[in-house]
Amino acid sequence: MPVEILMPALSPTMEEGTLSKWLKNEGDKVASGDVIAEIETDKATMEVEAVDEGTIGKLLIAAGTEGVKVNTPIAVLLQDGEGAGDIANAKAEAPKPAAAEAPAPAAAPVAAQPKAEVPSDPAIPAGTEMVTITVREALRDAMAEEMRANDDVFVMGEEVAEYQGAYKITQGLLQEFGPRRVVDTPITEHGFAGVGVGAAMTGLRPIVEFMTFNFAMQAIDHIINSAAKTLYMSGGQMGAPIVFRGPSGAAARVAAQHSQCYAAWYSHIPGLKVVMPYTAADAKGLLKAAIRDPNPVIFLENEILYGQSFEVPKLDDFVLPIGKARIHRHGKDATIVSFGIGMTYAVKAAAELEAQGIDVEIIDLRTIRPMDLPTVIESVKKTGRLVAVEEGFPQSSVGTEIATRVMQQAFDYLDAPILTIAGKDVPMPYAANLEKLALPNVAEVVDAVKAVCYK
Amino acid sequence: MAPRKTASVSSRKAAAKSTKKDFAAGTIAEFSKEDDLKAYREMLLIRRFEEKAGQLYGMGFIGGFCHLYIGQEAVVVGMQLALKEGDQVITGYRDHGHMLACGMSARGVMAELTGRRGGLSKGKGGSMHMFSKEKHFYGGHGIVGAQVSLGTGLAFANRYRGKDNVSLAYFGDGAANQGQVYESFNMAALWKLPVIYIVENNRYAMGTSVSRASAQTDFSQRGASFGIPGYQVDGMDVRAVKAAADQAVEYCRAGKGPIILEMLTYRYRGHSMSDPAKYRSKDEVQKMRSEHDPIEQVKARLIEKGWASEDELKQIDKEVRDIVADSADFAQSDPEPDVSELYTDILL
Repeated sequence: MPVEILMPALSPTMEEGTLSKWLKNEGDKVASGDVIAEIETDKATMEVEAVDEGTIGKLLIAAGTEGVKVNTPIAVLLQDGEGAGDIANAKAEAPKPAAAEAPAPAAAPVAAQPKAEVPSDPAIPAGTEMVTITVREALRDAMAEEMRANDDVFVMGEEVAEYQGAYKITQGLLQEFGPRRVVDTPITEHGFAGVGVGAAMTGLRPIVEFMTFNFAMQAIDHIINSAAKTLYMSGGQMGAPIVFRGPSGAAARVAAQHSQCYAAWYSHIPGLKVVMPYTAADAKGLLKAAIRDPNPVIFLENEILYGQSFEVPKLDDFVLPIGKARIHRHGKDATIVSFGIGMTYAVKAAAELEAQGIDVEIIDLRTIRPMDLPTVIESVKKTGRLVAVEEGFPQSSVGTEIATRVMQQAFDYLDAPILTIAGKDVPMPYAANLEKLALPNVAEVVDAVKAVCYK
Repeated sequence: MAPRKTASVSSRKAAAKSTKKDFAAGTIAEFSKEDDLKAYREMLLIRRFEEKAGQLYGMGFIGGFCHLYIGQEAVVVGMQLALKEGDQVITGYRDHGHMLACGMSARGVMAELTGRRGGLSKGKGGSMHMFSKEKHFYGGHGIVGAQVSLGTGLAFANRYRGKDNVSLAYFGDGAANQGQVYESFNMAALWKLPVIYIVENNRYAMGTSVSRASAQTDFSQRGASFGIPGYQVDGMDVRAVKAAADQAVEYCRAGKGPIILEMLTYRYRGHSMSDPAKYRSKDEVQKMRSEHDPIEQVKARLIEKGWASEDELKQIDKEVRDIVADSADFAQSDPEPDVSELYTDILL
């Protein structure tokens, strides 16, 4: 029976891709292992190899087609003795995964994300032209602009140069700036973090990319003991103007060692600034600010957000202040405070709650340290109710810190106890259903807001 | 297990592996009268300073940790003689000698030890954490081995800026077993960075002798798998250190990459002030002091060659003692930091 060749998923977060090139034509014989096509995603270009042997009966998707969904049939492979008349009877090369019915939950927010309004950014003059770009492009543009402006800025990390970035954040930088300023390192996080801090102590401005912040655990001594404390220990003589950046938090189906949010960890440390953007505009404006900052900055990104598009102002030099929250949505009944990917839950919950007659104000913290508590408190004074949302672990979380401080500084304005929504208190499981349970979800946020509104 | 038998320094030196034309191991630099007098004065300053620091510690003026450099003076003084303006130095927690050799003020160091506002870090760093941008001294690091990666970063910066300066990353035989040392070796060799790794092998990582902690006790060969040349040096003879330093600095400045110098040295005092040093015999210490003391070697040479009389040396001793006494007075009378300093220098 003829076999359908399906559009493969090249990574756990891939939903669709471009079928950029066919390397076999209809009528060509293929053996297993032959490269039959090239597929491109926003992260990488990959070759598709044949699994079965046979003859290409029909190419179902034309070369150059964009947005081909994973598991879409792309070609039909005829077995020995079969002809064109058999094509209609083709069966998928493998049973469609059961997960198709329960898609990886973390991938869900990718679709139809509302574009962020950015009402409280005085940095954007009225009438500024906006362009829609992904968070990934925003990060790359921020680095490129700062590298053009200052020769002291360079980027180092694993696969940042020739591979163009494990998540393609540094795409094109090697070509523009060369190997002196775009430095591939060995897999040696502790060592290259120390090299970066040493270079920063002389006044250079390294951007150290961690392939993920999970790997930065090997380097955390240099981040904290060498970078964060030197200014104080030297009586102000020398510090480390350095940015440590990379994805933090859960991606999809990568299990416990690769799924951890570090916002609360680094926010504990005096001498660090900790930034965790949600939108592409914030990613760009804040990364530029982080590179210019004379202090060590932890810049926490999120793999799920990399491919999401937002409007970014078209300005020659768009820089946002570190330490300022942004009111993402104005409302009067309750306040949700969140940051990074936590915002995806907040935004969806607010839409559901609006349908139920509850008008939510959403504050995107953007910076975890220093924390813009005044903006949160101003909102609480108006709404009297607060829910904090994040993906990290619940104990000693950013949300519990916010709750403590709001309780201490705005107790009289609260009409209900502050609720915190966080990831569950478990290492991240691999199984799709358990992973979904371990992460926060929109229903939890909706329920929490209704609870603080006594509805 | 008993500590490794105390071989004479000269026989250990003979084990140095060198056949490369870049480096003549075991060379003794020719010292002029001025060189010897300078080395004598600088080593003596470190010795007297450290003795005073030990005394102030005992009197309760210095708190926390205090790791004395007594016995190892020839290493840092000899290395420093080979440097030029802009070359950088970074070390671990046994750092007072390095700072004095870099030209940082005795008052500033001693007042930091006593936690006073005139200390080099305004009293906020302490014994293990002092820095000087002006003297290109990058600390003073309390995390064992951290300075090796950081020092490699200093070399990276020199290369990035196209400067021919070298960085000196000092660490002990104990730190030599840390993983990041080898991560740094790899990157330095890969990128041919101008860094001199100086292993100050004083035979004991706190209380553990090298033979009890290291499968391979020839630290000069620790870079072999990265192709980094390494040489053992008699770290008790300032002329041997200077000769090795000259060659290593030339090697690095020429863009040939990193180099390792293992300094065979000895600390007379305990690891820190609270160390009774039960892991070695008094005889072992006494033998090093009487036969290999770096300062006595220079002193004997100065007298033997007629370059200085006993009186002239006494005059140097007095000048050094005055500097140290002045630093101690300052460090005891200078006020503690203003309480407002608690919240300064956290972020710029």
